[in-house]
Amino acid sequence: MADFDTRIDYYPTHELEGIKYRRGRVLPFGATMVPNGVNFSIYSSSASSCTLVLFEKNADQPFAEIPFPQEFMIGNVYSMIVFDLDFENLEYGYRMDGPFNPEEGHRFDKSKVLSDPYAKAIGGRDEWLAPPNWDNVYPHRSRLVFEDFDWETDKPLQTPTEDLVIYEAHVRSFTKHPSSGVKNKGTFAGIREKIQYLLDLGINCIELMPVYEFDEYEHSKKNPETGELLVNYWGYSTLNFFAPKSGYAATGKYGMQVDELKTLIKELHKHGIEVILDVVFNHTAEGDHRGPTISFKGIDNKTYYMLTPEGYYYNFSGTGNTLNCNHPVVRNMVLDCLRYWASEYHIDGFRFDLAAILGRAQDGSPLNNPPLLESLAYDPVLGKCKLIAEAWDAGGLYQVGSFPAYGRWAEWNGKYRDTIRRVLKGEENMIGELSQRIQGSPDLYLTRGTTAGINFITCHDGFTLYDLFAYNEKHNDANGENNNDGNNDNFSWNCGCEGETDDEGINILRHRQIKNALSILMLSQGVPMILMGDEMGRTKYGNNNTYCHDNELNWLNWDLIDKNADIYHFAKHIINFRRNHPVLRNKEHYSNTDYKGTGFSDISFHGVQAWNADWSNSNRVFAFMLDGGHAKNGSEIDDTIYMAINMYWDALPFELPQLPDGKKWYVSVNTDMPSPYDFHQINNEQLMDDQYSCTVGPRAIIILVGR
Amino acid sequence: MDFTVVSEITDNIATVTLKGSLDSASASVFQEEIQKLIGQPIKDLVLRVSELSFMASAGLRMIIFAKQKLGSAVNIFLVSPQDQIIDTLQMTGFIHSVHIVDKYPK
Repeated sequence: MADFDTRIDYYPTHELEGIKYRRGRVLPFGATMVPNGVNFSIYSSSASSCTLVLFEKNADQPFAEIPFPQEFMIGNVYSMIVFDLDFENLEYGYRMDGPFNPEEGHRFDKSKVLSDPYAKAIGGRDEWLAPPNWDNVYPHRSRLVFEDFDWETDKPLQTPTEDLVIYEAHVRSFTKHPSSGVKNKGTFAGIREKIQYLLDLGINCIELMPVYEFDEYEHSKKNPETGELLVNYWGYSTLNFFAPKSGYAATGKYGMQVDELKTLIKELHKHGIEVILDVVFNHTAEGDHRGPTISFKGIDNKTYYMLTPEGYYYNFSGTGNTLNCNHPVVRNMVLDCLRYWASEYHIDGFRFDLAAILGRAQDGSPLNNPPLLESLAYDPVLGKCKLIAEAWDAGGLYQVGSFPAYGRWAEWNGKYRDTIRRVLKGEENMIGELSQRIQGSPDLYLTRGTTAGINFITCHDGFTLYDLFAYNEKHNDANGENNNDGNNDNFSWNCGCEGETDDEGINILRHRQIKNALSILMLSQGVPMILMGDEMGRTKYGNNNTYCHDNELNWLNWDLIDKNADIYHFAKHIINFRRNHPVLRNKEHYSNTDYKGTGFSDISFHGVQAWNADWSNSNRVFAFMLDGGHAKNGSEIDDTIYMAINMYWDALPFELPQLPDGKKWYVSVNTDMPSPYDFHQINNEQLMDDQYSCTVGPRAIIILVGR
Repeated sequence: MDFTVVSEITDNIATVTLKGSLDSASASVFQEEIQKLIGQPIKDLVLRVSELSFMASAGLRMIIFAKQKLGSAVNIFLVSPQDQIIDTLQMTGFIHSVHIVDKYPK
């Protein structure tokens, strides 16, 4: 260290009121610890001057403000090394001077202290929903972090995409409810206490809703009916792309959120569970021209945001502004950010919120060859990361099946969601589309394979799986928007009564429909994703847009495991059924041929008659058989699996395709049967008395294994 | 309570007794004690912390610092830490770098 410290280029050359500093290094952007000091570097193409503002932690006023001498500016980058700072106790920001001329795109205001876009931690809101000081001159404070975390031998798991079962969860919601039984409720540490639960359930990937720093008080308001505070609960509004949410860490009050999140990821990896982050690069928390100036808006508004010719904000995100992702500087920031998370946090993949925006040009028009998406696809550091697009945006660009993929990108398959919902609802004219969806949607992803599609029926947006069969209409009054928010096209069916009911028949049907949904999801090719709590019949009482509720509408009630034990046990079974059967996890699409010479094609379609699927419009039944000799695209041997889906309102007899001599059909699942007879343990399935036909109950599913 | 640190080396065992609150300001004092140990033939570093009421991030990082500077062959024992400190060590993964004991075993 001594030799390093005495290099001439680390000696201060300037001094202001006792603070020693010198010319810095232009790259990397952000604040970087160097021997005896901190290197600060920030970009602005249009500021006329920049001042570094230094605070002691939580101090009302800065202890120093150091203007960058003009000679410290190279190109459009201001950089400076400041010596003898207390890394632990330091908060920093910038003042940028320049024109306030919105028509030209400039909104400089040197009265504001601005947060560093490259800050690795944000102080000031250390604990969730702690009352802020609204008079704080600098509410969201850039901080330094140490990169001394001991990962030991950990690295991203690189689980083959086709083998993933994704569990979409919200950090706070997962364990905040008193019934969770964990010590540190609603935190990263709380999730760690539930790893065994996730293992028992059978998932091998957790997708965390946004964990970047956000302000839960953004757009907070009172519920007009109850007076309860409504907040930015889900966090789809980023303050800083590099910093984890302090309020999600039990140790956030000690400034150790980075260590706590890394510890969670390391423990998840140790148990074979990948971590995907839901990242929101389409907009920021600064809103439109009426929104606050926190960072980007005051640093270089014209660079960071898509602006109309008049200087207003394009709003393709539906939240006020749109990040200018295909500006080269912003594109590099996104790349730097994801590289940081992949390398420093060992993140396995990213799901990009409203990703269609990332393919828009700076004027908002869709690009044929979006440079950001291409850069991400070919980036060396992200080379093994899963990249998943929510392939639409709030501006009407819908790219499911056509998102620019570059051989890398997968998509949330919104068409899978809608098709399966309509099938389960009993709609006509769905069998052709259903056959595509269970095959991994080759109609959408013919050249991209099955892993291009993330199959889901429910996600954080919209109804839970239970509510899908308990509500015809959304019930969002508690959101304080007169029930105008949230999606109206839910393809849901309440099974005969809107909301909770004592009608036993309706409740039985709802449970059966949940099992039907989980069965189709887990037996479809592609990558299944389930929503936190759907495995235990979680309800949000018909609210399909609970973005603002820090209460039991979002908190997972773990008592549901007992209340809906049949659903929970079934979910565990069907997830593990998928994990145990490689025939369900092909990477390439079916060829509909017998390329292995087993006597059966890899997939075959059936109806109430074997080998004779009914594709007519009025039909509501469908069956398919996956030949075990063609598992994993012919590289593995598995059982043969037959699934019969009867969404007709009466029971129907299904003729079974005949297996080769010596093999028999066994019942794995019959959703028409009451628990515990609705499924049989893997490798202990029930031999069928009748090997030639089976009766599938009304709105029910049967899964057979042939061995 | 003011932070105090006392250290001694006996039979290749360095014993450091920490009392009070180990925060950002006092971490540098702790760091100086660790630096005195660098290069000495130590096999165990025993941190007696039963009277340490609080350990901030800066204090925890000193454990990493000690591990780095003394080498992985040196075992670090944390003797009788208070519950809050154990919790923080667990949640942040620092617990893997130390042995938590009620009493130094040797």
